[in-house]
Amino acid sequence: MSAAAATIGSVLSLRRIPLSVLALASFVFVTTALVFVFYVAPNDANQGFSQRIFYFHVSIAFTAYACFVFGAWKAFRHLWKRDPRADLESYVCVHQGTIFGAMVLLTGSIWAKISWGHWWVWSEDELVLFLILYLFYCAYFMLRFSLDPGPQRANLSAVYALFGVVLIPVSFAAIRLAKEFLHPRVFTLSGPRFGGWILVTYCVAQAAMLVLAYTLYRVEIAGKRLDLRLRELRDVMA
Amino acid sequence: MTYLRDVGALARKDLLLELRARDTLPAMLLFVAAVFVVFHFALPGTPSRLETTGFLWVAILFTALLGLGRAFVPEREQRTMDGLVLAPCDRSAIWLAKSLATLAFLVAAEIVALPLYALFFHHVGGAIVLAVALADLGICAVGTFLGAMAVVTRARDLLLPLLFLPLAIPIVVGAVGASVAHAPGKYLAFLALYDALFAVVCWGSFEFVVSE
Repeated sequence: MSAAAATIGSVLSLRRIPLSVLALASFVFVTTALVFVFYVAPNDANQGFSQRIFYFHVSIAFTAYACFVFGAWKAFRHLWKRDPRADLESYVCVHQGTIFGAMVLLTGSIWAKISWGHWWVWSEDELVLFLILYLFYCAYFMLRFSLDPGPQRANLSAVYALFGVVLIPVSFAAIRLAKEFLHPRVFTLSGPRFGGWILVTYCVAQAAMLVLAYTLYRVEIAGKRLDLRLRELRDVMA
Repeated sequence: MTYLRDVGALARKDLLLELRARDTLPAMLLFVAAVFVVFHFALPGTPSRLETTGFLWVAILFTALLGLGRAFVPEREQRTMDGLVLAPCDRSAIWLAKSLATLAFLVAAEIVALPLYALFFHHVGGAIVLAVALADLGICAVGTFLGAMAVVTRARDLLLPLLFLPLAIPIVVGAVGASVAHAPGKYLAFLALYDALFAVVCWGSFEFVVSE
């Protein structure tokens, strides 16, 4: 039973999909998402055309979270099982998460400018949370590049990446709490009614971003592994 | 029981070192006093209680950073970290003892800083004292942990504030909220939750920071 499950698992394993197929898939998905966002989704009644950036903003944000959580999972695998591949994979996950996090800040900033006329608004929880996470994960890179490659660097990076997933919910709660003394007035935006083409468009955009993130992850992993191999070969030659 | 005895012995070592060398505490005291004076000139007009409360927390956080940055420096300079790691005790005891010693310095600094704040700016209420106590636990637990990480890097002292400040933002939120809100209970509970959560994470993962 478990052997059969393992066989199915290895056949369905994402790792086995060739890079070229992934690249093609992300091209198709992103193109479809663009078509859906610009031509299929209906205009928002309140905010009109500009609301369409939300399909990307939200799906990129979710993808960034997924990258951070996946990176922490890999970090956990490194600390727990001593999986030799986990350190590099954790680092690449966090790297992709940070890139997508920067995109969240950028798209959120554009949306804030259109909606409120300012490039930055402190009242947007998600935006503030991503600013904190962005600072946190930039420090992750400072930490990592301030250590020599080896088990110590892998351990410290893994521990810090694990701190990240603890920080996400704690920061979120903190931002909610802070609102009560920073912005005493409560305003509720009646959210868009989720359904029909809006939901379909969002799902397509979300799938596109996830596939794109996974493709970029695989490309970076392949590049980094090649780099390591090359260095090892050079050491052998020398 | 042996665990607590180990922690006690290690913490006593740090306090004794400080008592003899007087490296950290005088610096923290002088720093916090200087920061208050800077704040007076940085806040034009007569600042409200809300504003000065915010600045009090900035002062506490930076003073704590000063102490945290020094926490593992003696271990590095005297090369005692290897000895501590080889000692027949749980590695997390090293973190706990160091956190307790740092906490002692921070509390000592605040025993001077809070009356000084009351003298210079506004009175200090019971909620602020409670918030200071709870925030200190979180600051020392997380800060000491990150201090141990930062001290083995090439960047050393430069890295600690970068690692620590994003993690300290929830502490600042809870502490400032508890200091200014009419009903501080919620914020104090949040601080306690933060302390408990991160104390468990630090306690469980310190092993990996000091060993390979």
